[in-house]
Amino acid sequence: MKKNNTSSRTLTTGTTTSHLEAPADLSLARNINRRSFLAGSIVAGATLGLGSLISPNVLANTPNKGGRLKVGFTQGATSDSTDPATFSNDFMFAYSYGVFNNLTEIAPDGSLIGELAQNWESSSDAKTWTFNLRKGVSFHDGKPFTAQDVVASINHHRGDDSKSGAKPLVEDITSIKALDTHRVEIVIGTGNADFPFMFTDYHLSIHPAKGDKIDFTSMNGTGGYTVTAFEPGVRALYTRNPNYWKAGRAHLAEVEIILIADPAARINALSTGEVDLIDRPDLKTIHLLKRRPGIKIEQQTGTKHYVLPMLSDVAPFNDNNVRNALKYGIDRQELVDKILKGYGTVGNDHPIGPSVPYFNTELKQREYDADKAKFFLNKAGLTSLDVQLHMSETAWGSNTVDAGLLYSETAAKAGMNIKVVREPNDGYFSNVWLKKPFCASYWGGRPTCDWMFTTAYAKGAAWNESRWDNPKFNELLLSARSELDENKRREMYFEMQRLVHDEGSTVIPMFGNYVLAMNEKVKHEDKVANNWDLDGLRFMERWWVA
Amino acid sequence: MKFLSLLKQAPLSAQFGVLVITLYLIVVIFAPVLAPYGEREVLDSEYLPWGGEYLLGTDNLGRDMLSRLIYGARNTVGIALVTTIIAFVGGGLLGLVAAIMGGWVDQLLSRAIDVVMAIPALIFALLILTIVGTSTTSLIFVIAVLDSTRVFRLARSVAQTVVVMDYVEAAKARGEGLWWIIRKEVLPNVSAPLIAEFGLRFCFVFLFISALSFLGLGIQPPSADWGSMVRDNATLITFGDVTPLIPAAAIALLTVAINFVVDWALHRSSGLKD
Amino acid sequence: MYLLLRMTAERLFFGLITLLIVSIIIFSAVELLPGDLAQEILGQSATPEAVAAFRRELGLDQAPWIRYLDWLAAISSGDFGRSLANGREISELMSSRLGNTLFLASYAALIAIPVSLILGILAALYRNSWFDRLTNLVTLSSISFPEFFIAYILILFFSVKMALLPSLANISPEMGLGDKLLRTLLPALTLTLVVVAHMMRMTRAAIINVLSSSYIEMAKLKGMSPLRIVVCHALPNALAPIINVIALNLAYLVVGVVVVEVVFVYPGLGQLLVDSVSKRDVTVVQAASLIFAGTFILLNLLADLMSIVTNPRLFNPR
Repeated sequence: MKKNNTSSRTLTTGTTTSHLEAPADLSLARNINRRSFLAGSIVAGATLGLGSLISPNVLANTPNKGGRLKVGFTQGATSDSTDPATFSNDFMFAYSYGVFNNLTEIAPDGSLIGELAQNWESSSDAKTWTFNLRKGVSFHDGKPFTAQDVVASINHHRGDDSKSGAKPLVEDITSIKALDTHRVEIVIGTGNADFPFMFTDYHLSIHPAKGDKIDFTSMNGTGGYTVTAFEPGVRALYTRNPNYWKAGRAHLAEVEIILIADPAARINALSTGEVDLIDRPDLKTIHLLKRRPGIKIEQQTGTKHYVLPMLSDVAPFNDNNVRNALKYGIDRQELVDKILKGYGTVGNDHPIGPSVPYFNTELKQREYDADKAKFFLNKAGLTSLDVQLHMSETAWGSNTVDAGLLYSETAAKAGMNIKVVREPNDGYFSNVWLKKPFCASYWGGRPTCDWMFTTAYAKGAAWNESRWDNPKFNELLLSARSELDENKRREMYFEMQRLVHDEGSTVIPMFGNYVLAMNEKVKHEDKVANNWDLDGLRFMERWWVA
Repeated sequence: MKFLSLLKQAPLSAQFGVLVITLYLIVVIFAPVLAPYGEREVLDSEYLPWGGEYLLGTDNLGRDMLSRLIYGARNTVGIALVTTIIAFVGGGLLGLVAAIMGGWVDQLLSRAIDVVMAIPALIFALLILTIVGTSTTSLIFVIAVLDSTRVFRLARSVAQTVVVMDYVEAAKARGEGLWWIIRKEVLPNVSAPLIAEFGLRFCFVFLFISALSFLGLGIQPPSADWGSMVRDNATLITFGDVTPLIPAAAIALLTVAINFVVDWALHRSSGLKD
Repeated sequence: MYLLLRMTAERLFFGLITLLIVSIIIFSAVELLPGDLAQEILGQSATPEAVAAFRRELGLDQAPWIRYLDWLAAISSGDFGRSLANGREISELMSSRLGNTLFLASYAALIAIPVSLILGILAALYRNSWFDRLTNLVTLSSISFPEFFIAYILILFFSVKMALLPSLANISPEMGLGDKLLRTLLPALTLTLVVVAHMMRMTRAAIINVLSSSYIEMAKLKGMSPLRIVVCHALPNALAPIINVIALNLAYLVVGVVVVEVVFVYPGLGQLLVDSVSKRDVTVVQAASLIFAGTFILLNLLADLMSIVTNPRLFNPR
């Protein structure tokens, strides 16, 4: 049941799989035109040896029904709320994707497919979008899913009273209305060819409407799992939704998620069989964990990257020569080797990873070069430089400060004295980030150039962590967003990456892989999504146990 | 000289303790001379095995473990000593004053100390250090305040049993001053448990620093300190690797040595002959 | 006896005042911390408008003293209120956590106190013997290791190598007592190792301290056995400092075990408190702090009462 998208006003289309007619093959659900480029780029990533690395012994890869998967998670807090506006850690992301569905979904191969939206079309200026919703879907309590639920769920994040982390995503929406029970029309202020991508965000899960609002306290979704036990900061137990609409998904009978914040405790829990899978295994000892029988390590190149933003309006960072000197003073390969233990790749001082469409393949990789650093320092009229680098474990993980020390050692050889200041974990992102002129931060990354640049590099963006303001860049950002010509758009994004690389105010030394450790029981399809950890955090409905 | 002859008669354990403490002091004072490499120098690849160029191998960044350990002695022992002394002088004196004066002074001091103690130590440290920042000075100050409350309580309760003795009452009746009573009558009679406490409090400082590094607070890098070194390498022990044991053993050895000496002092002050 | 009662009443009254002061200190400290709940929850995704809206919803835009007085009024009528972060009823949230904390504390105390008293008495009795030295060496080494380190070593041997005990102590209310005791054995042992040295050494030191008194010499001359002298004559007079140290360690077992809770994933009150501090969930922080403070005050009072009862000179002042 493929909808024909040849009509000239259709710009992008969603998936077309109906679970009734094309059950087993979700991979058929692929977008044509622009999105096929995205799928292609993922393959390219894989051939570079950066794509999904899956143990070769996954041969008989047919999903096994039933069984219980026990997972040890790092992130989660007693203060977690079921209000989707406040989701901010893996525990809640898994909840969001396990119990609920979104309008759109990023498939394991990286393409955008429809989830609760069966397909969509837009006006030629990419401003008016119509989403056709899936019929015959109901919530866990039996209430049928309709357009009202979508309108209320999106509106939950809009408006002056919204406290949502997704507020910037939906800010540009000027109107949203239900055309009938299964059609929603959304109008946005400036044309955006990537608009449907936004609805894959974990905040924007669809909750049942109750009047104009949504009811998020009853934990009632359309997703593959129902909540059996839910204790924030401690654990959650999910049971399979027997009436799940999506075919070929939600294989496990039960999923239990236990929060284990301590890295050693997580390793022990996996080694002793208390859990089957842990996220973020301690990289310091991962070579030892790998040797344990029955345990496999999996990694996934993603968009997660580590950044050292410098406030570009504060001296000495207001001089681009100083910024360049600092960019040449860091030994990226050493950081990847010693801090990520090889589970990552070097960064090139711009935030676009190789798996993102329009990744600039022509840009030369910047390497550690003390002479060049000195050269730029001299160009700035300086012979030496004294700066403080503020960091805490919250930013890059348990060896953040170590990374800073390595940096300060190599920078010292170029005459730059970087004093590493350890800040308390507590309150780091409200006290240090965006406030100290030179600090450490990280990004989970965004699936598109526009999304990433708009969030953290556009003039005046709330999270423009370096307060960077480059007129040429800002102009390109706006025109690329609604540019429909493939080649022109690529050129623009290439140029923007070069601008950030050469003139940006952020040192981006490395991209981190998503790393998981699990026992042999845990299985998944050969292809795993790389837009987030754990198969785009959709492991609950995609993975199974042998 | 007198100390040496005294030491000759001391039990083996005390001699051992004095020897260890002396060695530590030498390391603390001559750290830059003794350490083969710099404290923060990244020399080689990480986790090199023992022997060869690096006697105890390298740490997680490729720094020389032995040099880190030696410099760590300086930072760790220095901080612990300063902190414990502040805590004992402050807490101990206040405790004695409270016990001797009694009445509203006792009540006021005790209740004030109660307030500080009633707030969980780690939370107290977390709050203060997050507000004022984690410089070494504030670290020492916070731990000293926390420790002094414990010392206060002990000093007060031990002194209370002494204060009701006849000789103290007599001194009070004679009109002796507070300081005189503390020095001549109370202090000699309460020193034993206080000395015993000193030996333990001293090593609790290391432990507290390492507990703080568990919460991401602690000594500023790149200074080496044993508490953070244990923490940084702790996950290795999960795999039976003994590297994290080295700084932990350094702490343990010092603790045991100090307490052996304390035991000896205790034994001598108790006046028991056997 | 009358005096004792009066003192108890007095101390309870002061205890209430202490609680009040503690609550003011904690409240102000949380206010002074950088950032607030809205920022911490929204984390990196906190835009100024979203934070402002969140604050309005939580009432964080009101002056601190108004919020404090509101809270005080509620708490005086016994209402702990709700968590700011997720609206959960705090009394409900606390009760299971407090139960868990007390369970682990008593479990560890039941092992640790008898062990340390017996070891302390024996060490004092056979002072300077090999037994004394060995006990000291072992207990001293055990407290020289940070508690998380002891925990890791115990887990390495008992869970990973021998597969005897579980490495996680994630108990749930449905579990039977036997299950719970087994699951929490490793954390209890860890805590025991942490506290035994302190109590044991104080017992030993306090007993040795009184052994030089004249009445002990007298007892010796009368030909009493050393064990009887220590237990019947020395111990009662050495009780004051011992009881104090025990009270301190009991308080520690209830209040200070955050790290052990984290390592064993034990759902206790300490972890809840640290979590809530980092999220600036001030109502939960207040409630947990008050429970901890209350525990501490009561244990303290108990220790003081017992030192008085066991010391006739204090009990019957002239």
